[in-house]
Amino acid sequence: MVARIITGAHYGLKDWLVQRVTALIMAVYVVLFVATVLVCSPANYEQWQALFAPQWMRLASLLFFLSLFWHAWIGMRDILMDYIKPTAVRLALQVVVILLLVAYAAWAVQILWSN
Amino acid sequence: MAVSNRPKYLNLYQIRLPVPGFVSILHRISGFGMFAFAWAILWLLQMSLESPESYEQARTVVQSWIGKLFLIGMSWAFLHHFFAGLRFLLLDTHVGVDLAGARRTSWAVLVLSIAGTVIVGANIW
Repeated sequence: MVARIITGAHYGLKDWLVQRVTALIMAVYVVLFVATVLVCSPANYEQWQALFAPQWMRLASLLFFLSLFWHAWIGMRDILMDYIKPTAVRLALQVVVILLLVAYAAWAVQILWSN
Repeated sequence: MAVSNRPKYLNLYQIRLPVPGFVSILHRISGFGMFAFAWAILWLLQMSLESPESYEQARTVVQSWIGKLFLIGMSWAFLHHFFAGLRFLLLDTHVGVDLAGARRTSWAVLVLSIAGTVIVGANIW
């Protein structure tokens, strides 16, 4: 019924799994982060900056952002597949989303390691 | 399968969406909203971490009424997406897949995300 043209085998299963694994990574990070902020209640720049100073915190935050952007790619791709019918427009928008998310990832690295 | 002559009834204004369907479309809308405004979160995080001066700038943005409105909107989007996502993980493990259970967990998602947004809103306004 559905003509599959540009997809390979196991395509959907892998994305289904990635969506859940990245969601769990983000959920754990956010819960721990919010708990830390509530406990430490950083009230000025020094305290806020100190929160992100340890190397493990920068790495954990980077893993969060990479999970976020991968998760956002799958979600946005699903939205574009559902609502944008002309293949050329859909492909163009998908490329825009990918470029934007890759740029965000580089930006996140810069933010986390520039202070 | 020939499905050519079946009646189609997809008038969005007349379909009465069941609660799980409502939670599902809000999951999509909240996810899209967070994607659309991800740049603002990164921009604020960068300002808040760059220097004491830019930290104060970020504070000013966050404390303006549009900044507060933005944070409350993002909080709702996040909380809804978070709880609806947990609900999908439960469904994956076959928890709450019967009709009554699916409706109960859907209501729980709506109540928890709105209650959470009210708590966040009360704290930042």
